[in-house]
Amino acid sequence: MSTGVLGTEKRGIRELGAEEKVGWDEVTRGVVLDSFEGDATDIVHLKAEERNYSDFNSYTATVASWRIIKPVYNRDICIDCQNCWVWCPDTSIISRDKQMLGIDYDHCKGCGVCVEVCPTNPKSLLMFAEADDNEEALAGWPQKEKKEKN
Amino acid sequence: MAKEFELNEVEVWDGNYAASQALRQAQIDVVAAYPITPSTPIVEGYGSYVANGYVDGEFVMVESEHGAMSGCIGAAAAGGRVATATSSQGFALMAEVLYQASGMRLPIVLTVVNRALASPLNVRGDHSDMYLGRDSGWIQLDAFNPQEAYDMTLCAFRIGEHMDVRLPVMVHQDGFTTSHKAQNVTPLKDDVAYKFVGDYVPVNDMLDFSRPVTHGAQTEEDWHYEHKAKQHKALMDSRSVIDEVLGEFKALTGREYKRVETYYMEDAEVALVLLGSSVETAVIAAEELRAEGIKAGIIAPRCFRPFPYDLVRDALDVPSLKAVCCMDKSAPGGAMGALFNEVSAAAYTTNSRPLISNYIYGLGGRDFSIEEAKRILKEQKAHADAGHITTPIQQFSGVRGPKLGFFETRRG
Repeated sequence: MSTGVLGTEKRGIRELGAEEKVGWDEVTRGVVLDSFEGDATDIVHLKAEERNYSDFNSYTATVASWRIIKPVYNRDICIDCQNCWVWCPDTSIISRDKQMLGIDYDHCKGCGVCVEVCPTNPKSLLMFAEADDNEEALAGWPQKEKKEKN
Repeated sequence: MAKEFELNEVEVWDGNYAASQALRQAQIDVVAAYPITPSTPIVEGYGSYVANGYVDGEFVMVESEHGAMSGCIGAAAAGGRVATATSSQGFALMAEVLYQASGMRLPIVLTVVNRALASPLNVRGDHSDMYLGRDSGWIQLDAFNPQEAYDMTLCAFRIGEHMDVRLPVMVHQDGFTTSHKAQNVTPLKDDVAYKFVGDYVPVNDMLDFSRPVTHGAQTEEDWHYEHKAKQHKALMDSRSVIDEVLGEFKALTGREYKRVETYYMEDAEVALVLLGSSVETAVIAAEELRAEGIKAGIIAPRCFRPFPYDLVRDALDVPSLKAVCCMDKSAPGGAMGALFNEVSAAAYTTNSRPLISNYIYGLGGRDFSIEEAKRILKEQKAHADAGHITTPIQQFSGVRGPKLGFFETRRG
């Protein structure tokens, strides 16, 4: 579903728990986990997809298996206000240069905050059942709601 | 730079002041603390050293002991040398976070001034809080007097921060009988003490921006067990580091400490095993009984965790030893006292296989006298002469009302 969205080639490339299991003598002391492979000085200046995330960083893992409803994004209505990007608690809104690109379904848990904060009419993000087809969802997108006259 | 604190060769310090001076000399970076009787003067002292320029650190005031240990964990994960103090209910409120500190392998030092746990509410000293911490994965050292409170606190940093250990350390002293009892204490000069403790070497510190790390990760059935096994091994193996650090401390000060202190055990026929300020009382009792012809000895675990099964076993493996009483200063909650259980386990593989019984004593600060220690040692002599335990296996010392006892055996 996220094919073609910037940076997805490194996101969610493995199932959570698929990492190699080692014995007590090889686990890290204090369950300390490296976020990146190698020196990460100034890594903050790199875009997420350019960073060398370690296997124990959830960036490379699929951690959304318990989602039962999902947000679907409609590019035709979106005004790139970035509200959803700001509010998403799991950094699952993919945006570049203030342009909304899509949803990271490997990390989105389906909380619906993005839909709540979307200000357009109709909304550019709506929640659908996990099993629903995104193309069908977009085809049946609701029309602009007219304001009721007083 | 922190100012040097002028110290006399011999000072008159209570246990709290001794511990706070040790924290100052170790130049703690952060103390996050919440006050509770009888440990308050330790962190109060540290606060005054910060305010007056005698230590270059931060005092963080928090809303509870849960917050205090949480703040310590944050500061330690960030890469600082961290310590705090607590007692009793505060210790109980910290309990959840104690396990986080040890599991995260953060060498925090917690000075615990032992005090009874409510209910009924009580501010006096017994070992309920110390016992509550015994499965928390911390190293637990026990100081029997103010000098030892000072010495053990300095040693605690060396032990916990050792690269083979990296575990938090509690230094226990008894509420009031040690914490508020002023005695002669021989401190080290600031530079000598700091040189002994050494510069703090951070490991996996969160302020290392070249290597961002996750602290406090969640692990389920596929990883948790291995991490706990590794942690347990580090705690068990810390025994050799503790011996090494205590050895270095002796070379520096002439004051000798062992993971298990023994007094008159070489030819002892009867013995008491006990902790804390009662040890000195029991030693005097043993000396007085020896003058009466009863060969009494005392065993005092200095290190409560990791429990020194090895050295307790050595101490018990004396051919002359016939009867031992383990004295637990904590309400046992439906079991034999913890010392009884641990010492019995250590004794099981000895050749001497002494009779072992259990006394609960001193709850809520009830006084434990030399006379009472002598009476209990004489009771052990009666067991030894009869060849079996002549009383219930578990009894209560110094409690009013009819005699209280549980379980019996005629087995020798």
